Amino acid sequence: MANVELTNVRKVYSSSVEAVKGINIAIEDGALCVLVGPSGCGKSTLLRMIAGLESITDGTVKIDNKVVNELGPAERDIAMVFQNYALYPHMKVYDNMAYGLRNRGMPKDQIDKRVKDAAQILELTQLLERRPKELSGGQRQRVAMGRAIVRSPKVFLFDEPLSNLDAKLRGQMRVEIKNLQRQLGVTSVYVTHDQLEAMTLADILVVMNAGSVEQIGAPLDIYEKPASTFVASFIGAPPMNLVPVTADHSGLVLKDGTRIGAEGLSIPATGSLIGFRPEDLEVSAGTDTHIGGLALDLKVQGVEPVGAESYVYGTIGGERVVVRVPGRSTSNTDDQLRVIIPKQKLHLFGADGKRI
Amino acid sequence: MASSTRVTFPNKFLPYLLLAPQLAITAIFFYWPASQAIYQSVLREDPFGLSTQFVGLDNFRRVLGDPNYLNSLQVTVIFSVATALIAMALALLLAVMADKVIRGKGIYRTLLIWPYAVAPAIAGMLWLFLFNPSMGTLAYLFRSTGYNWDPLLNGDQAMVLIVSAAAWKQISYNFLFFVAGLQSIPKSLIEAAAIDGAGETKRFWTIVFPLLAPTTFFLLVVNTVYAFFDTFGIIHAVTGGGPGKATETLVYKVYNDGFVNLILGDSAAQSVILMIIVIGLTAIQFRYVERKVHYG
Repeated sequence: MANVELTNVRKVYSSSVEAVKGINIAIEDGALCVLVGPSGCGKSTLLRMIAGLESITDGTVKIDNKVVNELGPAERDIAMVFQNYALYPHMKVYDNMAYGLRNRGMPKDQIDKRVKDAAQILELTQLLERRPKELSGGQRQRVAMGRAIVRSPKVFLFDEPLSNLDAKLRGQMRVEIKNLQRQLGVTSVYVTHDQLEAMTLADILVVMNAGSVEQIGAPLDIYEKPASTFVASFIGAPPMNLVPVTADHSGLVLKDGTRIGAEGLSIPATGSLIGFRPEDLEVSAGTDTHIGGLALDLKVQGVEPVGAESYVYGTIGGERVVVRVPGRSTSNTDDQLRVIIPKQKLHLFGADGKRI
Repeated sequence: MASSTRVTFPNKFLPYLLLAPQLAITAIFFYWPASQAIYQSVLREDPFGLSTQFVGLDNFRRVLGDPNYLNSLQVTVIFSVATALIAMALALLLAVMADKVIRGKGIYRTLLIWPYAVAPAIAGMLWLFLFNPSMGTLAYLFRSTGYNWDPLLNGDQAMVLIVSAAAWKQISYNFLFFVAGLQSIPKSLIEAAAIDGAGETKRFWTIVFPLLAPTTFFLLVVNTVYAFFDTFGIIHAVTGGGPGKATETLVYKVYNDGFVNLILGDSAAQSVILMIIVIGLTAIQFRYVERKVHYG
């Protein structure tokens, strides 16, 4: 067990493409850190740099307070779970799990004990004599986990481990991974592009974009206070609604010229974006202006009932927005709705996309 | 599966018509000569070709009891095993190295594939020019270092020479398959093994080599067949089966007995034996290579 510390970590490829641009992350002992971002944001590269599979152009990676920049993957005492599981196809499940221990010269009886213990935890005992191709996706995933835990490494690294599974199994495995990680208390770094996975798993969430960190924090803090429009639209499904506004002497003006009251809001003249989560809107029955909130007119374009709730799609001032309504919505296409955004639920972003 | 994807033709004769060219070629260039060989193998002809006589399996009996034939069998086995092993081992080494090349990968590979385009007889001549004791450049170098190099008199050296030439030509082909085989091994497997603490050599022998098994088995059969049957040109150009009968393989003996010495019955019997060997090798290939050694 150990902490992981990244200081100004950079990765520049030979073609002078900067994949990772100076990243600082400190992960406490036993914490699960999730790196999330769209594809190509450098999250996998960063993980591979921690693993030692990718060289570090600049900065330092510390595991257990020791700089590991120059160490090979085997010497860093890490274990990695790959997206395609990377199980050795010609070896039985048992040998897949024992391989790393044998390479380290562990006595046979100890290997046997560790493999069987891990198999017990992961419910693989019946499958130890099978080969990977005889296993289902979820079972392969478990074997990959087993191969990581038998080594009892200082750090677990997960590279999108669930993205090859179907949605139902993914949800199940997500819970299992979380429980297992808690139970073992091993510091973990987990890469995913799935914001739901990121939100549910993370102790500490790192949102990445274009090689840089956009925001680091606890998942719910990030959800409630996104530092930028990128984070706001990446975390949460459906994403946060963002509507550009400009301010003049008397109030706020939407893109299509609609004026709205803005009591107590200070908006810079350069223009900005107001953001609100789909679930934070209240649909108002009357046309009265609500005190302590922003009243907006929504033109309904379509309704998607998904069972427990409904998504109402429409436009405010010409911008597409989505509203989450509990139960079933009575709205129809082309209806005009008055919606209220409570002031404390309103997010403001400057023209540069940063939170104000 | 076959029935569900079956194509139905509106005209009954069209399918046969479409198959006809291929069937005709197979019949004329394979079945006809093959049946001729079987027919000839049970006949004996006088030296002038005036009379022919049915002798049953006499030809086979004589051929198999002939010490020259057994010598030829031994030469073939040594030659084939040596050629296949050397060609495959060197090709694998080159393929593993080529896999690590980052810059100029394409050029490197293209250059390594070229020898395959050289006709066997030309390849033989090339090696002959290099190693012929009286005019070979490298033979001259050998002798100047004090080594007694004379493949025209020394049977072992002649064998080394034809094995080298045959292996040299086959390396390209094997290289190609090994490169493809290496590329089909997911990189993450190698990375996982590296994290699991296996050094480069260990990774090769415990992960890469076992996963190449299908390719290796396939190449083993192909190389054996190659060494048996496709090396006639090289042997003919370099040693002519000599010195003595030191490099006379089974195929070369068929040629010698049939077309040089005109003992048609014996030669045909030998061809039939070779045919049986090919059928055996093909059966092995289908049974073990195509089915058994694949990992999903």
